[in-house]
Amino acid sequence: MPKITYIESSGKEHVVEAPVGQTVMEAAVKHAVPGIDADCGGACACATCHVYVDPAWTAKTGEASSMEQSMLDFANDVEENSRLSCQIKITAELDGLTVRLPKSQH
Amino acid sequence: MVSSGEINRVVIIGAGQAGGEAAQRLRQAGYQGDITLIGEEPAPPYQRPPLSKAYLAGDLPMERLLLRPASVYAEEKVALLTPKRAVWIDRANKRVRLEGGREIPYDALVLATGARARKLPIVGADLPGVHLLRTAADVDSMRERFVSGARLTVIGAGYIGLEVAAIGRKLGLEVTVIEMAARPLARVTSPEVAGFFLDEHTSQGVRFMLGAQPALIRGTERVSGVAMVDGGEVPADIIVAGIGVTPETALAQQCGLTVENGVVTDAQCRTSDPHIFAIGDCAARPMAHYGNRVCRLESVHNAVEGAKVVAATLMGGAHTVEAPWFWSDQYDLKLQIAGLFQGYDRVVLRGVMADRAFAVFYYKGEKLIAVDAINRPAEYLGAKMLIQTGRSLAPAEIADTSRPMKELVAAAR
Ligand SMILES: Cc1cc2nc3c(=O)[nH]c(=O)nc-3n(C[C@H](O)[C@H](O)[C@H](O)COP(=O)(O)OP(=O)(O)OC[C@H]3O[C@@H](n4cnc5c(N)ncnc54)[C@H](O)[C@@H]3O)c2cc1C
Ligand code: FES
Repeated sequence: MPKITYIESSGKEHVVEAPVGQTVMEAAVKHAVPGIDADCGGACACATCHVYVDPAWTAKTGEASSMEQSMLDFANDVEENSRLSCQIKITAELDGLTVRLPKSQH
Repeated sequence: MVSSGEINRVVIIGAGQAGGEAAQRLRQAGYQGDITLIGEEPAPPYQRPPLSKAYLAGDLPMERLLLRPASVYAEEKVALLTPKRAVWIDRANKRVRLEGGREIPYDALVLATGARARKLPIVGADLPGVHLLRTAADVDSMRERFVSGARLTVIGAGYIGLEVAAIGRKLGLEVTVIEMAARPLARVTSPEVAGFFLDEHTSQGVRFMLGAQPALIRGTERVSGVAMVDGGEVPADIIVAGIGVTPETALAQQCGLTVENGVVTDAQCRTSDPHIFAIGDCAARPMAHYGNRVCRLESVHNAVEGAKVVAATLMGGAHTVEAPWFWSDQYDLKLQIAGLFQGYDRVVLRGVMADRAFAVFYYKGEKLIAVDAINRPAEYLGAKMLIQTGRSLAPAEIADTSRPMKELVAAAR
């Protein structure tokens, strides 16, 4: 199973193994990684699953859809590599992916 | 008043979205005492929204509906008792009794008993093939009949009914929607937005019978159709009723808590007994952004906020609630709603309906109170932010699509 590393804003790391087909948000929630609230459960309605994709991985995670981009526009501390983690599907290619979490989702 | 110091036993009745979140938020907030989570459904807490969307379509397995994997509860020392039903609350001795007689003492009790789908109040409602939609089991039981070519009749054109109609079309069913009101979504949105959804569904091949009243369900061994009050007949292989819910308040009533339309609480989700809280679909609380009007909401947002409030309160803190939000997915349309539209006196359209991407803003006087955004996430989040912070935008500004929503929100006061 692909391994995903989540780094909290404090620097604390969580390495999680997640099946292909799940989203980066689901894998975090299932392993109780703090810092991803995901209130809407992945419906692209809450914008509380914001992550920063490690620059080395942005090509592989692809681009945000226009829907997602509009949601991100209203998130706090948005950067070039900001994504909604519920919109990133885990593939075999993403084995080793690292994402950083913002200080707050609200 | 209870304070965190005295609380070592939290009992939560109802292991749905609100109850599950409450257990999780308590642990996240650092609560180390006992948590007992009692639920009568067999599964650990799961999300209901996909039931009328991806789960009904067969695109999402049950496992992915779970709020958290079953193993997490043991890891976090949450005693998850399922399928177990709480049948009695003894307030004097602070104990909850389960079916079978076991009693569980509490220092703080959280009612998260949700709501029950309303049964059709007509003859034939119990026939095989007539379904309600509240639980995963409800969906599982309709799968056999919810198949391509089947004639599906949806009774009730609320969000759930229309989502079922959309999935029905997607899977190749013949779909008829019967609604007593003159338009769909009559209770939950404006005529403008309702008209848009009516047109969308009609163009997808859904047949609507509006202002129409079913008299009885026909069938002997299983459903064969609906007889209408006006004499019409609607043949059907499967019926799904989405005619609203009744809050589950039996336990609260039994133990004498104040119950109106839901268990009444204060802003801290505390009921008329300071040791008992109520959250989610079963509860009604004052709405911070709407002059503390007491409302009972049925939404994920409301379940999650209730859980956060209770966790904060029990830990001696406070949680600032967010403005209400909701969503509905039909075909390729994502409807996102912020705020509460009831009581509006003016609508302002931003965008063009025919583009299938627009937002309807609801005003009460000068004040923006809600938005229905269709495929327009920026308008949704922007309006949510405005309502959250008590700001507004003049209707003329909102209607001006040459300025992006983000810019408008930044300039609002
Ligand atoms: C088909 C469907 C689609 C939806 N779509 C959306 C959507 O798109 N967006 C949105 O925001 N919201 C949606 N909702 C609403 C949302 O799912 C609910 O508001 C939310 O589930 C409420 O959570 P709750 O915990 O209060 O109640 P529930 O989830 O109903 O949970 C209550 C639980 O308590 C149990 N219980 C009751 N009494 C007892 C007892 N005495 N002992 C033990 N257990 C008991 C019940 O069996 C149930 O499992 C939808 C709901 C449905 C049914
Ligand atoms: S989980 Fe809500 S937008 Fe990603």
